[in-house]
Amino acid sequence: MNIKTELSDGISVLFIKEDRLDANNSEELKGELRRLFDSGAKDLVIDLKEIHFIDSSGLGALVSGYKNASIIHGSLKLSGLQTQVKSMFELTRLHRVFDIFTTVDDALQSNT
Amino acid sequence: MTAQGKGNFMKNDIDIDITIPSHTRHLRMIGRIGEKVAQAIDCSDKIREDLPGQLEVVLTEGLVNAIKHAKSPDPDEEIHIRINVSDRILLVRIYDNGVGFDLDTVPTPCFSANGLEDKGRGIFILRSLMDTVKYTRSDRGNVLEMRKKLM
Repeated sequence: MNIKTELSDGISVLFIKEDRLDANNSEELKGELRRLFDSGAKDLVIDLKEIHFIDSSGLGALVSGYKNASIIHGSLKLSGLQTQVKSMFELTRLHRVFDIFTTVDDALQSNT
Repeated sequence: MTAQGKGNFMKNDIDIDITIPSHTRHLRMIGRIGEKVAQAIDCSDKIREDLPGQLEVVLTEGLVNAIKHAKSPDPDEEIHIRINVSDRILLVRIYDNGVGFDLDTVPTPCFSANGLEDKGRGIFILRSLMDTVKYTRSDRGNVLEMRKKLM
């Protein structure tokens, strides 16, 4: 899975450079999130701007990250949800759980 | 695949059989087939707008479900998908040869932040997008059968 990670004022920003987040690659994202938390990251923003399609396994990887962030009193925010991705969050009510922003900058500013 | 004029809508008469290895690397292709089939269906504007995205999700979730339950020592395990569209009904059947599961025991996922689970949303999504979802186990294999009204 192609992920570009940047650090912005102590917040790790992950740009998912894939068009799909599904059962074929969601375990890789789950592993990457686990590695980041294990190496001391606390607050994360995941940008899904390039994702056209997400399935229940992709949602599950994000939920896993959200739970790991909550355990260490950190945060996991999302940005850039496309229409079909957004509708999957709404269908599974996860839009009420995650803090979802239009852009990465909006997500970063919400911390200040 | 045929389409003939009848009333306000073209007649839908689509029957597609797909056999693929039991592996998630084919999810993209199957999802794309679902999207394209839905675009070819002539139905009401209300359904037509959402159906391509929905059928992409339904085939993806159904295939992942079959891969999970078709776990077998045989690396050449195959999954069979059949998509049938008539004027009124979209019928998707996904066959697997695994141990199967009891659909009635699959719980609705927890929606609050406190009780979130990583897994367990696939069947909920299928039930939300289709009108009926059935899973039948038999000695000759299992079938996940999903129907959606097109009228």
